[in-house]
Formats: sequence, C-alpha cells, structure tokens
Amino acid sequence: MSQTTHPEASSTSTKTPSGAHHENDDREYLTFRLGEEEYGVDILKVQEIRSYDTVTKLPDAPEYIKGVINLRGTIVPIVDMRLRFRMAAANYDEFTVMIMISVEDRIVGLVVDGVSDVITLDDEHIRPPPEISAGSLDTRFITGLGAIDDHLLILVDIDQLVGREGLALTDHAGTSQSTH
Amino acid sequence: MSLDMSQFHQTFFDESFEGLDAMESGLLGLDPSAESVDPEVVNAIFRAAHSIKGGAGTFGFAEIGGFTHLLETLLEEMRSLKRRWSSEIVDVLLKGVDATRAMLEAATRNEPIPSPSDLEQRLQDILAHGTEAEAMPERQSSQPESDAADKGMTTWDIQFVPEPDVAQQGNDPLRILRALASLGNVTTHVDSVALKPLTEHDAETCPLGWDVQIETAASEADIRDIFAWVEDACSLQMTRRSTPSAPVAIAPAAADPASAASSPKEQGDKPASGPAPAAAAGPKPKKDSVSTSSIRVSVDKIDMLINLVGELVITQAMLQQRGAALDPVEHESVLTGLSQLDRNIRHLQEAVMSTRMLPVDFVFSRFPRLVRDTASGLGKQVKLITEGEGAELDKGVIEKIVDPLNHIVRNAIDHGVEMPADRKAAGKDATATVRLSAWHQGGNIVIEVADDGKGLDREKILAKARKNGVDIAEGAPDSEVFNLIFLPGLSTAEKVTGLSGRGVGMDVVKRNIQSLGGAVDVSSELGKGTRVTIRLPLTLAILDGMTVRVGDDIMVLPLASVVESMQVQPADLRSVGGERSLLKVREEFVPVIRMDEFFGYRGSTEADRNEASLVVVVEDDHEKVALVINELVGQQQVVVKNLETHYKPVPGIAGATILGDGRVSLIVDVGGLQRAARQRSRPIAA
Repeated sequence: MSQTTHPEASSTSTKTPSGAHHENDDREYLTFRLGEEEYGVDILKVQEIRSYDTVTKLPDAPEYIKGVINLRGTIVPIVDMRLRFRMAAANYDEFTVMIMISVEDRIVGLVVDGVSDVITLDDEHIRPPPEISAGSLDTRFITGLGAIDDHLLILVDIDQLVGREGLALTDHAGTSQSTH
Repeated sequence: MSLDMSQFHQTFFDESFEGLDAMESGLLGLDPSAESVDPEVVNAIFRAAHSIKGGAGTFGFAEIGGFTHLLETLLEEMRSLKRRWSSEIVDVLLKGVDATRAMLEAATRNEPIPSPSDLEQRLQDILAHGTEAEAMPERQSSQPESDAADKGMTTWDIQFVPEPDVAQQGNDPLRILRALASLGNVTTHVDSVALKPLTEHDAETCPLGWDVQIETAASEADIRDIFAWVEDACSLQMTRRSTPSAPVAIAPAAADPASAASSPKEQGDKPASGPAPAAAAGPKPKKDSVSTSSIRVSVDKIDMLINLVGELVITQAMLQQRGAALDPVEHESVLTGLSQLDRNIRHLQEAVMSTRMLPVDFVFSRFPRLVRDTASGLGKQVKLITEGEGAELDKGVIEKIVDPLNHIVRNAIDHGVEMPADRKAAGKDATATVRLSAWHQGGNIVIEVADDGKGLDREKILAKARKNGVDIAEGAPDSEVFNLIFLPGLSTAEKVTGLSGRGVGMDVVKRNIQSLGGAVDVSSELGKGTRVTIRLPLTLAILDGMTVRVGDDIMVLPLASVVESMQVQPADLRSVGGERSLLKVREEFVPVIRMDEFFGYRGSTEADRNEASLVVVVEDDHEKVALVINELVGQQQVVVKNLETHYKPVPGIAGATILGDGRVSLIVDVGGLQRAARQRSRPIAA
C-alpha cells in the first residue's frame, strides 16, 4: 500500500522571500521538480501527495496519461508532467511522487520528479509568463514566473491544465457521444 | 401561526403524487359495467382523494383543496352507492386526477396553480344533476345547514385539548375549530387554566383547550375526520347529547341502507353508548390502510450504503487473497473467520442492493393509462395485459427504462395495432392485445412488449432502408431486416401523428437501452404481430465478471456476455484480407480481436503471438467476437466504478473496478468494443 502524506506535514519549513510580508495577496505554492526546473502549484488545489504506485493503463489514451489508480475507491487518472510538458521521460525512482490535484470536483494525479517545498509568494514577486513559447514549454498552462533568490519558479495554471484542453481528460467529441 | 410550513411541503407532494397514482390505478382497475364494484377499491380511491384534500387544506393550497373536495364529494357518493359507476364517471375522475396532478406539479415548482374550471363545472353538474336519475338526495357538500331540517340534528359535546406542541407538528387548532364551525352551529368555550402569565408563556406552545358544543347533522365520523390530523396529538372526548332521533342523525349515509360499508363500526354501535371513548380508541381508518411497514429513505443515503458495501467487498477480497497464502493448518481459525466474513459480506451486499430494487410494476402501472389514452385517441380498441410485475430491478434502471418503454408501447398501438374494422376484416378480434411482460433470466431482466397487430412489413423497411442509403442484401434474414427499425430515420410511419413519426424514434430507444448495458431486439410476423424484447442488467452497480490477463493488466469481461472460452492453435485463425482474422467456432466464423493490440497494451511478445492462444468468445446483440487474451484468471463479482467521474469515456470500456489487491482493472464493454472495432476496420466508409 502506498503511503500518503499531507503537504503540510511533509514540508519542514515555510519560507517567505525577503520583503514579502505585507500584502494580503500572499499565496502558498507547493513546489515540485521536473528535471532541472522547478514548478509551483497553488497549494489550495493540492489534495494530497502519494508515492508513485502502479497504475492501470488506459487504452486509447495520450502518452502522458499514465493510467488510472484507485484513490480510496474512486478511479483517478494519472498524468506524467514530464511527458505533458514534452520533456524527456523520467525513470521513476523513490522520489517520484503523485500530487493529487482537485479542481472543480475532478481529481487528477500529477507524476513529478519530487516535491520540494511550500513557499509563499506575493504578487510582486510574480512576473507574467513570456509571450512566446520558449523551448518546449506551453505558455497556456503558466500563470507566471516567480523569482526566489536566484532561481526561477514556474507557476502552473492548474485549472487550465486539468481543464478541457489541457489534459484531454474530458470528452472532446462532445455531445455526439454523450448518452444523456 | 408563523410556523414555516414549507419544510413539510415536499412530504405532502410526495404523498399526494403517490395518492394520485393509487387513485389512477384504482380507477383503471374498476369495471364500471360490472354489477357490483369492489368496495375496497372504491374506498382506497376515496381515501387517497381525501388525504390530498386534507393535506392541501392544511398547507394552504386552497385551489387544490377546493378541487379535490369536489372529487372527494363525488367519490363519497360512489362509495356510499348513491350513484352507479359509469364509464363517464370514471372518465371524469381520471381527468380530475390529471388536473390535480397538474396543479400539484405547478405547486412544486412554485408556479401559479392552474384552475381546471371546465372540469370543476362538469363535476358540479354531475353532483347536482347526476348522470343517472337516481332518486337519492344529493349531498352537495359538507355544509348541511341548508338541508339540516331533513336530516335531523345532533348535539355533540366535544372536549378538545391539543398537546402543547401541536403547532410544531404543523397543525393549527384554530383551523380545526373553523372546520368544526362549518359543520353546524358551534358554541366554543376556551379552557385557559394552563395558560401562564405572558412573561412566562412560550409562544410556540399551545396551552389551551376547548369545550365545543356543536349542533350538526354531520355524522360522528365526519366530525372525527376533522381531527384526523391531530388525533395522535390531543385528547379528544366526544359526547352525544342524547336525542331520540339517533337513527336519522347519522344521515345522509344512513339514508341508504346499502351504505354500511362506509363506517359501520362507529355508527353501528356507538349512538347510544353515552360518552365516547377517548381519541386513542377513535377511528383511524386512514392510518391503518396506509401503514405499510416502510420508511422513506433518500436515494443518496442508499447509494452511500451501496458504495460503502462496495468498499467492504474490495477489502474483503484483499483479505481473502492474503488469507489464501496462509498455512491452512496453522491458521485454521483465521481462515474459518475469513470464509464466514465472506459469506456475511455477500449477504450484506445482497441485502443492501435489494433496497434499491423495485418491482417492475413501478413502470408497468403507468401503462394501463397510456394504453387507454393512446388507443382512444386513435380510435383503436386495445386491451393491455401485464405479466411478471413482481420482477425486481434497480431503481436507476427502472427510471431510465420508462421512456424507451413508453415509446415502444405507443409505437405498438400506433403502428402495430390496426383499426377495429381492419382487424375484423383480417379475422381477428376487434380488440387488440398488447402484452407487457417481465421475467428474470440469468443476471438479466427481460421485458417484452408484444402486440397482435399487423406486424412489420419487410418490404417497406427494405425500401425505406435503401432510400436512406443503408446497405442491406435482398436476402438478408428477417431478424436483420427488422432490426433496421432501430436505425435513425427509419420510422415506417406513413404519416406523422401526434404520437410517433416525429423523428425521435427507435434509434433513441436502442441507444438508451444500450447505455444501460442492455440490448433490444425485435421480431415480427406479418399479420400476426410484433414483439420487442429488451434485455437489461438487474443492476448497474455490480457485475459478475470474468477476470482475464491481457499483457500485464487484468481486465474484466462481463460474465453475461461470455459465451465460451477455448484454447486455439495459430492454425485455427484464418486471416481474411490480412488484417482481421476469423476463428472457426464449430460452424461459425467469428471475427477475432487481439485485446493487447486493440487496447495498445504492450507486453505480449512475438513468442506470445505464435503459441497457442486463449480465446474468449463473447456476444453482444447476437454478434459474436473472439477475444484473444493471455490468461484466464478467475471469476468474481466486481463493483462497477465510473471512469467518467474524473476522466472521459473510453470506447470499448464500460468502467473500472478495484481488485482485491487494490489495483484498478478495466471492465470491457463488449458492445462498445465491437463498435469500436468496426470503426477501426472501416476508417473511411461511414
């Protein structure tokens, strides 16, 4: 059985970048690693973090959808974020975790190389995403870039990503196939 | 009283709709031409009308109350045999049921309540003048002042002390007193001994009691009826002032000697008995008749229970698996416990599932009406026979089968059944028969709609199909031709009637039934009739499955669609045109689908492919297909989980389940698999 840890418990420190104490628009982000890059998701969307477990493959699914798992009785799809962001496929190791994200009644698991931290950022420290897609990164799924000390945090727009277009999790064919 | 009554409205609506259904089925069950009508049936209809009226009054739906009062009055006269039943009266009452239903529906939506004034007028006419000249005096309403002189008056002393919390139960003592006042001359005395000073008074309680003296022509039962809603929440003493006119006093009912059915007990032995017993012993006909031992539980709660039991089954399967690894000698007691647990959980699961099961009568009971209306609208004579109403199936399935069945039955009457003259000309009984039957068959329920009408016209269907560009051979078997009516746009109705031919056709019926995991089939004989057979799973939540290994994954095949499994040699597989191969199963050639390839699973190697393969032949909609798998694992009941909750529908996959080891396993949708395979093999041809 896979172990389940809540992000609050797993993160040892909650860092606040210098001088970002005042405003109320502080937000907390769970940061995770994909290759050399560091990403952040709004912590309020994170339901839990699980260690990687075997998934059941789904037929006819895009490559980045690894399959489905049993999350306490519900069937939840699992997305490999590296493949989604068109990075080199990773070997899953003991640091590989699944971040269970909950958006509008939908639960999705994101496979990432590892979670690092929970940090607080205010709007001042967030810059808009670049207009032009740089490299392989799809800017549609980015809300902004956070600067912490000297490294860059890519903030993922999880609603976009989980939503209709992002993961092809819903039925594109639309009405013709729906039975009601 | 500032009590919020709206919280009780839903219950009132639920009960009223049930009451209306009861009235409707009772009325349809009556044979107005018969010599005597079963008084129990009439009583049941009357009681239903009565409680709707009472509820409507209490909850302030004056329009509904007023209208149902008319219905009740007419029914009361039928009940006391003052009128004879006639089909006209049944008609009017049925229309009354419809009108009441429309009013209630408007009320549920908080819309203005429509007033069926035409019908009201008609009812009043019937009440005033009658349909037959029976010499009985009409009791226009329960306001007997006008004709009090004929009936004789009785004086009652009523002591009425409601319990303090009477208002919290939704009852208003003042309303009761007002209702009493409408029966005759009332003198009321308030007993306020229990009333506390204003500063200590709890505004939500009612510490008052009343002594009422009423001079009325109404019977004791009529008076008690007024207290029917509070009889459990008050102390009630009724004493009759002794009068010599006792026998007359119970008029009007007593005017008809045959009316004893209405309330013989109270009237027969009480008139001279002095002080009446307390309310506890009073008449409770309404309560007794409806008190079946059931409670209302919301479907959500039941579904939650079913989910929880589903989890329990999964956990149990996991324990079972672990237990199998134990040494049977050393751990005998543990293993005994496990097998007991297994048995108990199975029983629990069955019991919980059965709470969602409803008799198919819930659907069938609406058809007498539908058949009657449809047939009379078309000028046809149709007799409906229902069989197997007791067969149970899941509430979810029942709800979804209503519309398709409606459609099929309407179709049968509209297209299948001929006009009476044509039927006679064909040497048949002028009255056609539509037979609705249901029975269990394996894990399925079969519902069949059969008519003895003119049957399907093969040539007409073929012509229509060709016109629509359907490719079908001239010599195709009948079953294939007839099943073409399930294609979109193939309605063979020559003209659009109000009932069918509107384009929403049998294709929708078929799609709905397939979405329930069922199948529909039609057979017909020209001139003899048509038979539509629907096969449905009993429940959507649990499935008997065969677990098979495909590549590295375990998949579940619905056991109901498994025909056989066998080991085949590569030589048994004939390839046709390279891609799709065929397997010869006895005298049949069955197309083969390699599951691992089809679902894009890697894992079966070249060696796998060349050695003898395991094949499971499955069937859906009479179409067989052989699935090549890697291993047969076992058989088990699985709890069907929805993939669509967090993902999207996958062609060929009906859902998922969780196996004993906690892993997810996909359930194959055989029909969907065949459709998907067909689409893949014909990528361009539409």
